[in-house]
Amino acid sequence: MLRYILKRLLIMIVTIWIIVTLTFVLMISIPGSPFNSERGTNENVQANLEAHYNLDKPYHIQYLLYLKSIATFDFGPSIKQPGQTVNDLLGRGFPVSLELGLVTIIVAVISGIILGILAALKHNGILDYAAMSFAVLGISIPNFVLATLLIQELAVNWQIFPPATWSSPAHMVLPVIALATGPMAIIARLTRSTMLEVLTQDYIKMARAKGLSPWKIVVKHALRNALMPVITIMGTLLASILTGTFVIEKIFAIPGMGKYFVESINQRDYPVIMGTTVFYSTFLIFMLFLVDIAYGILDPRIKINKKGGE
Amino acid sequence: MEKILEVKDLHVTFSTYGGTVKAVRGVNFHLNKGETLAIVGESGCGKSVTSNAIMRLIPDPPGKISKGEIIFRGKDLTKLSEKKMRGLRGVDISMIFQDPMTALNPTLTIGTQLKEGLQQHRKISSDAAEVKAIEMMDLVGIPSPKERLKQYPHQFSGGMRQRIVIAMALICEPELLIADEPTTALDVTIQAQILELFEKIQEVTGVSIILITHDLGVVAKIADRIVVMYAGKIIEVGTKREVFYQPEHPYTKGLLNSVPRLDLQGEKLTPIDGTPPDLFSPPAGCPFTARCPFAMEVCDKVYPTGTTLSETHQVDCWLQDDRAKRLLATTAATTAEK
Repeated sequence: MLRYILKRLLIMIVTIWIIVTLTFVLMISIPGSPFNSERGTNENVQANLEAHYNLDKPYHIQYLLYLKSIATFDFGPSIKQPGQTVNDLLGRGFPVSLELGLVTIIVAVISGIILGILAALKHNGILDYAAMSFAVLGISIPNFVLATLLIQELAVNWQIFPPATWSSPAHMVLPVIALATGPMAIIARLTRSTMLEVLTQDYIKMARAKGLSPWKIVVKHALRNALMPVITIMGTLLASILTGTFVIEKIFAIPGMGKYFVESINQRDYPVIMGTTVFYSTFLIFMLFLVDIAYGILDPRIKINKKGGE
Repeated sequence: MEKILEVKDLHVTFSTYGGTVKAVRGVNFHLNKGETLAIVGESGCGKSVTSNAIMRLIPDPPGKISKGEIIFRGKDLTKLSEKKMRGLRGVDISMIFQDPMTALNPTLTIGTQLKEGLQQHRKISSDAAEVKAIEMMDLVGIPSPKERLKQYPHQFSGGMRQRIVIAMALICEPELLIADEPTTALDVTIQAQILELFEKIQEVTGVSIILITHDLGVVAKIADRIVVMYAGKIIEVGTKREVFYQPEHPYTKGLLNSVPRLDLQGEKLTPIDGTPPDLFSPPAGCPFTARCPFAMEVCDKVYPTGTTLSETHQVDCWLQDDRAKRLLATTAATTAEK
């Protein structure tokens, strides 16, 4: 197990290095600089500014400086937000984004699984058709469209929930619905199909032959096996929720990391781009790692401490 | 002898898009206490459906017990509520399935799966259930049961898994054990071990066994009586001796002739030509008519009334009917005169 974790850590570091390098290359290949403005900047001022932020140095030196800042987790000051370091921005934005992301995942997973189970148990019944129609809608409607609709109907017309910002649980409702519907629909469909498959397995029949109650059969025997594919796609779903937050945070004016991420790219705020990218990718890679660990816990046939494995 | 189970005129149908499949069409048989009854027949003849009907495990819809009674200890199982039936399953009637590789849940330990039946039906502590589980694993011949309780199914071989399944079925000490092709998925040496285990278990616990199989070798080894099924009907019933040495139904004879025998080296096997009838619209007469070398005109029209050959031996065949016998005797006599 320890060996496996160490191996994974090494791979993570390499992956992050590749991401950092790619980001750096992309960043310097976008035309423009943080100091470009419509009015133009005095040449001397610009030279001084560039010297201050090490932008006058050759690219390979800049690249090494970036690597150093990542290694020390000190991304330096933001260029466009005076008086604030990248770490400040992350420290302020990340808790909000994390809260949004976590609530979304919890809502999506729980409601998706419940919907999937109900649909599978009432296979070809009204409940099944209703749940699956809902799921198809959920998959088809992009989250930004849903977000706009929700704001229009529930916030503007009906005035049930606040339309934007982030301060109370009521503020969470609309962004979470907008963000969770897609993943929930995917989980529901997947749970339903694997559940239907699992329910025809011999061990389910065996469990019935033992005289267990239907509820016990579902929870103890079927669900665990049916959740394996759901765990598999959790990685992809996490990534999609993460990227979804960029848009949703922007629409609902939520002061999360997504906002800084998008703004930093528009403003060529190099240290912030680098900081947020590294932070996002590290977070995502770590979550994927957790998903892999969860496999081993759910399915005893997967032994991660064995070399090569089964 | 005390009858533990009696099946009377059982009909099971399955509704599909193509129509209604009449899988079991009026089956009558009984099981005495402590005996082993084998139900034999080719694939699709209704033997598994019959056993699932006894357990009330036929998926409904599309399946349905459309007619008949299943009397177990004086109670008609077809009339019991699902909840009452649940109280019976695994406690009074247990079932063993064909493929031990899929009959165990891969994500739960053997111990959990062994104990859960016991914990469901008896108010018993986890520790007491474990003691009983170890005892059962000992009975079915699993070495070092205590350690193996904590292992998962994939850590067991096929034969060992089937032993576990048997232990699981017997843990609540049922009176009736239905084994649906328990050795089909195992290789031959393991088959023999499992069959010996069945004999041993019957000796120790006195459980009555219904053995579903298409393997006549298995039947020859452990059955007391044999029921031969064809196209949803029982066509011959008898003791093992009667069915093996004096089979009277042409189908039973054909079945026995199509088994390889070591004492008849070099001879070709005689298969039964043709295929069983379509159970969407089963024939009115004997379903075997189309494949039967002795078929008469009446066979196609009317289903034969059962003929009792001995107290234990019954056969559904017109050839055994007195009238047919008399007729055949007279025609033989007239052809001899000419």
